[in-house]
Amino acid sequence: MGLFLLRRVGVMLLTALCLTFVVFFLTNLYPNLEKLAKTQGNQRMSDAQVAAWLDNRGYEQPIVKQYGQWLGIVPGFTNTLDDGQFVGTCVRPGSTPEDTPTFCGLLQGEWGYSTVFKDDVGGIVWKRLGNTGYLMFWVLVLMVPMALIVGVLAGMKEGSALDRSLSTFSIITTATPEYVSGVIFIAVFTSSTVGLKWFKGTATQAMDNPTFENFFLPVLTIALYGMGYIARMTRASMTEVMTAQYIRTARLKGVSFPNVVMKHALRNALIAPFTVIMLQFPWLLNGVVIVETLFNYKGFGWALVQAAGNNDIQLLLAISVVSVFVVLVTQLISDIGYVYLNPRIRIS
Amino acid sequence: MEPLSWTGSIAFLNPLLMIAIAALVLSILIWIVGSILLPEEQVSVNADGTVAASGGIRGLTQQALRFSFLACVGLALAYLVLGILMGTSAGIIGAMSQQFLPVWVALIIVFAMSIAFKRRLGLYGKLYDSPIGMIGFGLVTFWVFTGIFGALDLIVTHDPLVQVSGMKNKVPGTPLPNLEEGEYAWYLLGGDNLARDVFSRMVKGAWIVVQIAPLATLFAFMVGITLGLPAGYYGGRLDTFLSFLANLILAFPVILLFYLLVTPEIVATGVPNYMAAVLFVFPILFIGVLLNSRFYTRPNFRTPLLIGVLGVAIWFYLSLISTGGYVINTDSYRIWGLPTYLDLFDIPGGILVVFVSVVFVNSPTVFRIVRGLALDIKTRDYVAAAQTRGEGPWYIMLWEILPNARGPLIVDFCLRIGYTTILLGTLGFFGLGLPPESPDWGSTINEGRKLLSIYLHPALPPALALLSLVLGLNLLADGLREESLKD
Repeated sequence: MGLFLLRRVGVMLLTALCLTFVVFFLTNLYPNLEKLAKTQGNQRMSDAQVAAWLDNRGYEQPIVKQYGQWLGIVPGFTNTLDDGQFVGTCVRPGSTPEDTPTFCGLLQGEWGYSTVFKDDVGGIVWKRLGNTGYLMFWVLVLMVPMALIVGVLAGMKEGSALDRSLSTFSIITTATPEYVSGVIFIAVFTSSTVGLKWFKGTATQAMDNPTFENFFLPVLTIALYGMGYIARMTRASMTEVMTAQYIRTARLKGVSFPNVVMKHALRNALIAPFTVIMLQFPWLLNGVVIVETLFNYKGFGWALVQAAGNNDIQLLLAISVVSVFVVLVTQLISDIGYVYLNPRIRIS
Repeated sequence: MEPLSWTGSIAFLNPLLMIAIAALVLSILIWIVGSILLPEEQVSVNADGTVAASGGIRGLTQQALRFSFLACVGLALAYLVLGILMGTSAGIIGAMSQQFLPVWVALIIVFAMSIAFKRRLGLYGKLYDSPIGMIGFGLVTFWVFTGIFGALDLIVTHDPLVQVSGMKNKVPGTPLPNLEEGEYAWYLLGGDNLARDVFSRMVKGAWIVVQIAPLATLFAFMVGITLGLPAGYYGGRLDTFLSFLANLILAFPVILLFYLLVTPEIVATGVPNYMAAVLFVFPILFIGVLLNSRFYTRPNFRTPLLIGVLGVAIWFYLSLISTGGYVINTDSYRIWGLPTYLDLFDIPGGILVVFVSVVFVNSPTVFRIVRGLALDIKTRDYVAAAQTRGEGPWYIMLWEILPNARGPLIVDFCLRIGYTTILLGTLGFFGLGLPPESPDWGSTINEGRKLLSIYLHPALPPALALLSLVLGLNLLADGLREESLKD
């Protein structure tokens, strides 16, 4: 188990390094930098001026070196311009050559400086992550029990009326991406044309004051799309367990059907859904971006759209690191959890 | 011109439809509750060996369900048939069903032919034994024909890009103010924020999906199969390396990847062209290896075949990746491609980058599925028999393992087209890749959602269209899975 964990963590770190390098490379391609120079400096800079601006600020160094600086294992770039302005990767507005640290990167806890929000990236990411975390918490609270109940009920008796209707329901939810269900929900429940007006069409207020009225629709929109898949996996796992020998033995012994389901089948049937739920996180991240844009909820996904749309390189890098980290950690948890939950693997 | 109502003179059917739908919902509920509470059917075996089952209340609930469902279907058909016959006097529904006439004809032909010859059509024919699969197939073919005929300008009523003054955000069925000769008199599903016809845009949007989604999925499958088979069959270092790469791509949240890849700045650097040049090699490799491994014992036949097939494939490949005489055309440098007079078709940069990124996102998942199947199948006896016979590894992979993995792969292919459709919608929703005036469903939903609290009609038709197409693909996959498990 220890060796297994060590290997998994090693592979995970390697993956994270590769991925962040790819993101770093893609965000630091020349056209992006050119755009950055023009937004930071002057819109009407000539090509030579752009090149000089970038060269002065260390953007023309080899990409690997820049990546090292961003990670914090290579000393940060500093330069004093002809007009006495002090610039560099570690320089914040108002700092002098003396109080600028030599290293500033991820390892030092420095995430960079956002050009859109004019603030430290670390602070922005934490604040937005807090909002999204709250959203995700309620999504999981709604989605996981619903999906498990639907899956177990459907898988209890394969081919029954309950199975067929619940399966159709979960197929419909998997076929409805967030931007479709969200639009339909907003149209039906919030618009003045239909007149139901049960909920609010935006979740802007939910960041300070979440209520059922302004927060339920975004949560439901994400939860529904993720739910169908988990429910189908649960159903598959449940039907497999229900045809196992030991269930038949229990039935023949005369154990009642509810007891067979609750005491004998459920535990084994829930091993597979656990992995599936964990592996759903990358997809939930997608849903979060769509729903936060749709309902104007200023969370992590909203920050991603802002960063990407406004060419905010440092913020986009930080967001990529966090999302890649979330994905990899959930994969690790799902692997460990699978080993831990499944006695056949745990004991051997 | 009078504005059209939804049903016009066939409004007498509305109360009937309401009753039928209410009956359907009620009977579904009773059916579900009944299946839990009521006792199972009694089956008795007679002396002559026949079996008799008593209907009971349970059978009654099933009958009720069947009849109410048939009533709903019958009424829907009545709307369509009356609509086709009466046209605009049957309201918006009638006008729309008349516009869709070529699609109905094509659908009827396909279904009639398939049902007539279903025993000779293999797995496809068996699809017509499963109601779920048939519904799914019907929905999918509906949108495929809509896309094709829409591209031929048979269904659309107006140009999807033309703005008509005075039609901004008008409700469905509004007549055009200054009608010109030969112009359709109404906006059937209303006008959008820029006074364009919502109905025509929805139909044209189907063509974009029908063009890109299956082709992108096919390419993703070629890439996934070409890499997944050796990874599963050989195992070892190759497997570790390829699996690591696949996991690398899978660990990227899709939207982040799109935001990194599908921006004008990245297109300007030529990265998508490099990716296209690499990804599109795989189909050629696949076809080449497939034919070579089969016919290498007959060089007289193999060599001309390979020259012919690969020649055409490489020509297609080169015309695909080169635009205007260049493979890569950036400000700082260029790489020469196929000269323009040999270039069969040009793909606009926006479409190419969308296509490439969708293929790129899908292939690692296909790779994992194929690898898993190959790992499982390579332990079978027929593989061992082929190895003993002295067949080459590629022959075994492509002609022994792959055909036996076709069931799960076909099912996944259907599901994946649906997923690709969702991805295309996501790209449109964030305004990535496709031009802003493009009528694809994602972009239209994105435009429509901004005024959603006041005007529903611009956003809902594309949303429902996308929903029904993806639902159809999912149902089709489900039907195929069920039918392929039967034998």
